[in-house]
Amino acid sequence: MHPILGQLRRLALYLFAWVPLGCILTYLLASLGGLGWTRAVALAIPLCAVYAFICLSAWYSCRGTPLQTSSFSRLALAHLAAAVVAACIWLVIARGLAIALAHLSAFEGLDQQIAKDYPLLFGSGVLLYLLAVALHYVLLSTEASHEAEKRESEARLLARDSELKALKTQVNPHFIFNCLNSISALTTSDPAKAREMCILLADFLRRTLGLGEKALIPLRDELALSHAYLSVEQIRFGARLKLEEKTEPKVLECLLPPLLLQPLIENAVAHGIANLTDGGWIRLDISQGAPESLSIKIENNFDPEAPRRRGAGIGLKNVRQRLNTSYGDRARFEVQTNGDRFSVALSFPAETQV
Amino acid sequence: MSANTKIRVIIVDDEELARQVIREMLAAHPEVEVMAECSNGFDAVRLVAELKPDLIFLDIQMPKLDGFEVLELIGDEFAVIFATAYDEHALRAFEFHAVDYLLKPFRAERFEAALDRARERIGKKMASSPVELSASSRVPGQYAERIVVKDGTRVQIIPVSKLDYAEAQDDYVALAAQGKKHLKQQTISSLEAALDPKNFVRIHRSYVVNLERVTRLEPYGKDTHVVTLIDGTRLPVSRAGYTRLKDFLDRQ
Repeated sequence: MHPILGQLRRLALYLFAWVPLGCILTYLLASLGGLGWTRAVALAIPLCAVYAFICLSAWYSCRGTPLQTSSFSRLALAHLAAAVVAACIWLVIARGLAIALAHLSAFEGLDQQIAKDYPLLFGSGVLLYLLAVALHYVLLSTEASHEAEKRESEARLLARDSELKALKTQVNPHFIFNCLNSISALTTSDPAKAREMCILLADFLRRTLGLGEKALIPLRDELALSHAYLSVEQIRFGARLKLEEKTEPKVLECLLPPLLLQPLIENAVAHGIANLTDGGWIRLDISQGAPESLSIKIENNFDPEAPRRRGAGIGLKNVRQRLNTSYGDRARFEVQTNGDRFSVALSFPAETQV
Repeated sequence: MSANTKIRVIIVDDEELARQVIREMLAAHPEVEVMAECSNGFDAVRLVAELKPDLIFLDIQMPKLDGFEVLELIGDEFAVIFATAYDEHALRAFEFHAVDYLLKPFRAERFEAALDRARERIGKKMASSPVELSASSRVPGQYAERIVVKDGTRVQIIPVSKLDYAEAQDDYVALAAQGKKHLKQQTISSLEAALDPKNFVRIHRSYVVNLERVTRLEPYGKDTHVVTLIDGTRLPVSRAGYTRLKDFLDRQ
């Protein structure tokens, strides 16, 4: 697509730039060419208007000889040849216009008068064309840099997407293998419960895989995932796992990035419940914070003297990073340890529609 | 061991269902007797000391103490089979001279093989003590965050930041922390290897000191120095120890 013809705004600007050129040509024809003002105006204005469009053809010679890869001699030869051709065409048009105007009584003899102005017209024609060549090179390079910028931002977006995806699809292998072991134990002692656990685990995995694909999901879906997870863990830990949940019904439709809550709940189980011989509690509190913001708080008790488990902190870092990628400054993320209580509070803009 | 002696077993796992699998698989073996089960590291150490079993099934991730810490405290007289859900610990387990390492969930055949290996092992003395191995199997750049000490049947956990200094006493080290001393069967060199050299310096053949506790370093007689700790304790510094300590203080 031609960079000037393709956009109406650019074409208007380009033609506007020809107005002073037209004035100069009029002046030259009037003073140096000795035509007088009226005749100079009558010739110069239509000639400039036509030549403005002829010069647009410089686009093709510019594209054919890119600045970076063509030698100077090739550049000079190509553009000078094109300039001479364009100027010659212009002369033919000028001659035609002069002959046509000579039929009018006011411009009598213009066709003879113009003959001595040919060198002047030819010279300006070549110069104007070369000016157009320079303009097209400038346009070409700005377009190339725009293109590069666009590609770069697209690449960044792609990288962010794949980063988010990588962060999302982390099912904890400990959890899976421990579950399978529990199922293996239940097959002889309580087959019905073994089946129940298989179904719950399948439900959890299906939801995890399904949700990971999406950019934003309703809180309702995220909670369903966490409930699937917790009911599996409930079978593993039995009475050791106690859950208190408080969710305002009006926030259930709020949208959030998928698997944001889940790693925090897994953390509370792995670093809290799993280290407490007599069991522990998890408190989940989801409410509408400040207007238009969703606030989630997860609190659990833990054994401060417990051995550190591998991978501690990865889940938290992961959630913090994803909040930051999705919401930047508009998200808040706070971790607090108070004696044997650990809490994570996050809040971020609540949207209900995509 | 003779055929008519029972193999006495303790099962340690924090999940009831995981203990149940092992119990069930052992039920097929009348020569095996399950003496006790427990669900955390503290109880495991206490029960092992009380009941002196032949074989221990040991989970790795547990409340209170993890499986490696339990093994470090109970010593090397017992055959241990680790049972864990995830294989990131496998290499370490064998460095601890575990009889076998079961990945949950496991088949009955795999369990039988482990039990056979345990039978062969029971009664034999192991090559080196677990405490020394604990230090040597550490991942480079990762140092102990806490030290576990057995005091009779009680287990004491000393966070490394609370340790003031350690003193070699024959086969033991005395760990000074918060005004108390705890004895642990370990050489001072292996303790030194387990501690982060950024915070702990061997100032003497018999002493490792926590640098954060040092307030003063002064000459004491010919060739020797003395450090004074925050609580007023004075410890001797050998010539080599002085060089190490100076090096460290100059770097700061």
